[in-house]
Amino acid sequence: MSEKVLMKGNEAIAEAAIRAGCNHYFGYPITPQTEVAAYMAKRMPKIGGTFLQAESEVSAINMVIGVASTGKRVMTSSSSPGVSLKAEGISYLAGCDLPAVVVNVQRGGPGLGGIQPSQSDYFQSTKGGGHGDYRNIVLAPASVQEMASLTFKAFDLADKYSMVSMILADGTMGQMMEPVSLDAGEVNTYEKPWALTGTNCERKHNIVNSLYLKPEALEQKNFERYERYKKIEENEVMYEEYLMDDAEICVVSFGITSRVAKNAINEARAKGVKVGMIRPITLWPFPKKPLAAAAEKCKAFISVEMSMGQMIEDIELAIRCKKPVLLCNRVGGMIPTPEEVLAKIQEANEGGAF
Amino acid sequence: MEYKRVTLFAGHYGSGKTNIAVNYAFRLKRDGKPVVIADLDIVNPYFRTKDSERELTEAGIKLISSEFASSNVDLPALPQEIYSVVHTRSDYAVLDIGGDDRGAYALGRYADSIVKENNYEMLMVINMYRPLTRDVESTLEVMSEIELASGMRFTAVVNNSNIGEETTAQDVLDSLEYANCVASAAGLELKMTTVKEDLYNQLCESVENLMPLKLQEKIS
Repeated sequence: MSEKVLMKGNEAIAEAAIRAGCNHYFGYPITPQTEVAAYMAKRMPKIGGTFLQAESEVSAINMVIGVASTGKRVMTSSSSPGVSLKAEGISYLAGCDLPAVVVNVQRGGPGLGGIQPSQSDYFQSTKGGGHGDYRNIVLAPASVQEMASLTFKAFDLADKYSMVSMILADGTMGQMMEPVSLDAGEVNTYEKPWALTGTNCERKHNIVNSLYLKPEALEQKNFERYERYKKIEENEVMYEEYLMDDAEICVVSFGITSRVAKNAINEARAKGVKVGMIRPITLWPFPKKPLAAAAEKCKAFISVEMSMGQMIEDIELAIRCKKPVLLCNRVGGMIPTPEEVLAKIQEANEGGAF
Repeated sequence: MEYKRVTLFAGHYGSGKTNIAVNYAFRLKRDGKPVVIADLDIVNPYFRTKDSERELTEAGIKLISSEFASSNVDLPALPQEIYSVVHTRSDYAVLDIGGDDRGAYALGRYADSIVKENNYEMLMVINMYRPLTRDVESTLEVMSEIELASGMRFTAVVNNSNIGEETTAQDVLDSLEYANCVASAAGLELKMTTVKEDLYNQLCESVENLMPLKLQEKIS
């Protein structure tokens, strides 16, 4: 019998979270991520965990801050407009150095937008969204299997670096069904001496807080935090290379668009065009080094994304604008077709655009 | 094959109800029946009967579906035409019910008329490879939740056990014991086992009442 099960991407996130030891989930329904909450509502009572549908996204993220303060694994999920509402809480999590996993199954925007898939929260996830100097680790799954495996990874990284890990998926990844193996492997545990677990009158009480009365102390805290971020940029970059060995054109794409791009690359290869792909799996930290290396041998880059051109800025920075970067995009809930990507690859190959 | 006037497909979220309902409507049509298919899903705005609108219309099958299905309007609304299915009673009707108990609540509105007419079949679609219906016990739990929500009792079981594209003939064979156990524990017959078309020839001699499925494609 197959050990795999057939799951929706949203369900895979929820089940993986539970298997990673997350016994607390707070959320609020919004299409296209509602199955995460629905799955948690069914499963949590059976394992003695907590599922709570809050009265709003703002409330849910503040409940996350509460549980995270006690050192327990905790998650919330939403879709684009709901993540905007959570932004304040995410900044507070960063300011308190608390680990938590936040899931964004993106839909078209801005505003209420629509319920079809999008990748236009790239800036929000990787550059901030909330206020202040901070970073989130941002993981971009491209299959239902990765919805599960990157959720395991997200909990591990959140605990390891005491910060927010975000799963940045899209409506397609959330809704599609694929076979998935749910083996979590070893789940690491991390010491959390800062956690609010009760002193038993045996130690000085811990304080979880993001308010600093002295600017010198707040500055120092920010410096320390960025030392930690530097380590993450050195050690935790994840990406996939596809047919890059002899590539003259480098496609850069993540999530659902990377799958469309792969089809287009295969078609272009069949026509003799030397094209490959670098697929960022971590959007922050962004895979700057492999892109910079590709800039030494490729003549052009193509950013395939479902936004008006957000990741393209990181590509240009990573390669120091050494080579032209073309944009191939659809927005508002539309997905680029392999034909559209192929046409852009041919344009780049012929050099007409630059 | 004997058909009831109304055939309802219900079951766990993502068990394959819509695909089977659409295929079943085509089968009724091939057997010369006048057919109407109605989409009663109020839970999921995606993967709807409406995705097969063109093929259904071309085949002369009437589709009753919310104008908001497969659109950006995420509204749990049902069209008034659904009443014609239970009141006019002229066509053979296939009803595609939303997933789980949450999806089956909408059926409660029509349950009285359907039960009173007493010419229906309500089929529980099961998939052993879905994580929340992995075993007999959890499947029976979903089943009774749906019956409570809809106010109707199942009359038979449909085994649609699959793991998507990767499904092998062996995966289907491995599910038969589970499907038979679910049916007998519920006191119902296993009406059929459904498989995607390309597995049909490998399995048609070893699996009773096997029905091939042409999978829906999203029309954008």
